Amino acid sequence: MTTTAAHTISARTLARRRRTDAFRRNWRIFRTNRAGLLGLGLLVFFILVAVFAGLLVDSDDLSLTSAPGGVLEPPSSEYWLGTDDSGRPILSLLIYGARISLFVGLLATLMAMVIGTSIGLASGFLEGWPAAVLFRLTEWFLVIPFLPLALILATVLGRGLFNIALVIGVTSWPATALLIRSQTLTIKERPYLERARLLGASKWQQVTGHVLPNVTPMIFANTTLTVAVAILTETTLSFLGLGDPTRVSWGTMLEGAFSVGAITTGAWWYIVPPGVCVVLVVLAFTLVGQALEAVFNPRLRSR
Amino acid sequence: MSNVIASAPTQPVARPRSYARYVGTKVLGALGSLMFVLVVNFFLFRVLPGDPARTLGRGRLKSAEDIAEFQREYGLNEPLPRQFITYLHNTLTGNLGDSLRYRVPVSELILDRLWPTLLLVGTSTVLAMVIGVWLGVHSAWKRGGKFDKGSTGSTLVLYSMPEWWLGLLLIAVLAVGIGPFRGIFPTGGLHSTGVDPSSVEGVLDTAKHLTLPVLTLTLAYLAEYSLVMRSSLLDELGEDYITTARAKGLRDVVVRRRHAVRNALLPTTTVSAINIGFVVGGAITIETVFSIPGLGLLSQEALSIPDYWVLQGTFLVASAGVIVANLLVNLFYGLLDPRVRT
Repeated sequence: MTTTAAHTISARTLARRRRTDAFRRNWRIFRTNRAGLLGLGLLVFFILVAVFAGLLVDSDDLSLTSAPGGVLEPPSSEYWLGTDDSGRPILSLLIYGARISLFVGLLATLMAMVIGTSIGLASGFLEGWPAAVLFRLTEWFLVIPFLPLALILATVLGRGLFNIALVIGVTSWPATALLIRSQTLTIKERPYLERARLLGASKWQQVTGHVLPNVTPMIFANTTLTVAVAILTETTLSFLGLGDPTRVSWGTMLEGAFSVGAITTGAWWYIVPPGVCVVLVVLAFTLVGQALEAVFNPRLRSR
Repeated sequence: MSNVIASAPTQPVARPRSYARYVGTKVLGALGSLMFVLVVNFFLFRVLPGDPARTLGRGRLKSAEDIAEFQREYGLNEPLPRQFITYLHNTLTGNLGDSLRYRVPVSELILDRLWPTLLLVGTSTVLAMVIGVWLGVHSAWKRGGKFDKGSTGSTLVLYSMPEWWLGLLLIAVLAVGIGPFRGIFPTGGLHSTGVDPSSVEGVLDTAKHLTLPVLTLTLAYLAEYSLVMRSSLLDELGEDYITTARAKGLRDVVVRRRHAVRNALLPTTTVSAINIGFVVGGAITIETVFSIPGLGLLSQEALSIPDYWVLQGTFLVASAGVIVANLLVNLFYGLLDPRVRT
């Protein structure tokens, strides 16, 4: 009795120790990637800003009726980045916009990952016609032009935070599915899966116990890259007028700037800051994603 | 790049039968994709909240007879499979419905708006491919050098940028002008008023109007080409045949142009196929920002109404365009590289 208990504990600690070791090893490789570290730093900054937005900004700043500033005031010591067309300080909008942009990006990515991973695993692991059907479906979704489909879905579903995330999630999973599928196909032929099959493991056990843990690192790296695309898409959909009209995101800010003609009136402070934030966040996710890919795929490391 | 492609027949001669079969499977695949698009289009607009006759015919159908007539034309009273057949028949005969906003057939609108989009997107794609490939080749050749760092860094930034935001900045700087600098380009549109577009003056005028949008789209598209070209050339440079070519005493330029680049171009072809879908997205946003009367602006304007018939039609045309372009790229790839014809 006692010996078995001691044995399980030691097996568990062993697994935990192995995991921490792997993490440390990966972190050591990641640390050598200067661009990846820069991206990570930027990400931490933006996430902190988004989380503590409520403390940084007076909620009056966001109200259309009780906005403190004048219309389209240029940057001053009081309003560091000027004000928008209803007198709201741009800086406050940016800080709150970080929340919405990151939230939509992450939610959409979560959906894309769940769909993409399930379809990728299934189409790689199954045989015969179900695999063929899933693979064709992935290819079809890859071919359909992404933005027009997203536009139509957004019009049909209506405007709202959740709907926009849903639209992005439903249209951006195929690349992930293809990646996971090709990984699954190679893992399927490995000896330890043959052993699991011989020992009578069910398909579900094989997938969850062996295939999924092996593709997880790739999913992780791919997630980071997908968030970048999702945030870009959110910005574009909002700019085209399909964003949630009741909330401020960087995309809706840019839509507002464009529709009040901020370019022709020279109100650069309304156009430049939201765009710069988008570029920085997307760049950060891309750099971290590339660094992670290099950690998990040694072949890329020499680049 | 063009001379590389032109001299492609020096590769092993294509076996005609296997290429024919390759073409056959690819064409069948494209037809399957087209069918899928039709199905998606059909169902998307039938799951609309509310009665399709009311949402699709909003504003136009006043009386009960109007509604009955409308339902007959589009077969809305029939069971779903029959509806689908009616829909297929209508689509294939070019009946895409009437625009709610313009009150004219959608197919006419689309034909009208097609050429500005093709001009804009075609020019930008060709420029982006040429410049992107050139940048990628030169970055990979001296990896880690000043040129590589500068070019890879700036393409990454371009890659992270919404292309329409870049367009807004370019308008602000080069069309409106900042401070003492006056803008030299028009802020939008395709022609100036009162200029005949078919005269020499008119063509120059159009070119001037298209400079900024083409510049924006070229910058937006080239990142992908340059990054892929760079990484696939880096792959090729590690191969034995490059070492052999060098050992033969070939000059650097010859090794690059005749050996490495030619093979590295293959993955770039695949990327251009995948990219076509994104090209359509770029057309929508850039036409909106520069108010160019093309298909992109047409669908953007349709969003606010929402003009479902126009959205449906432009989506169909865009998807068909992407599928056909994809097919052409694939067929071309099969011609270049016999290995993919399996």
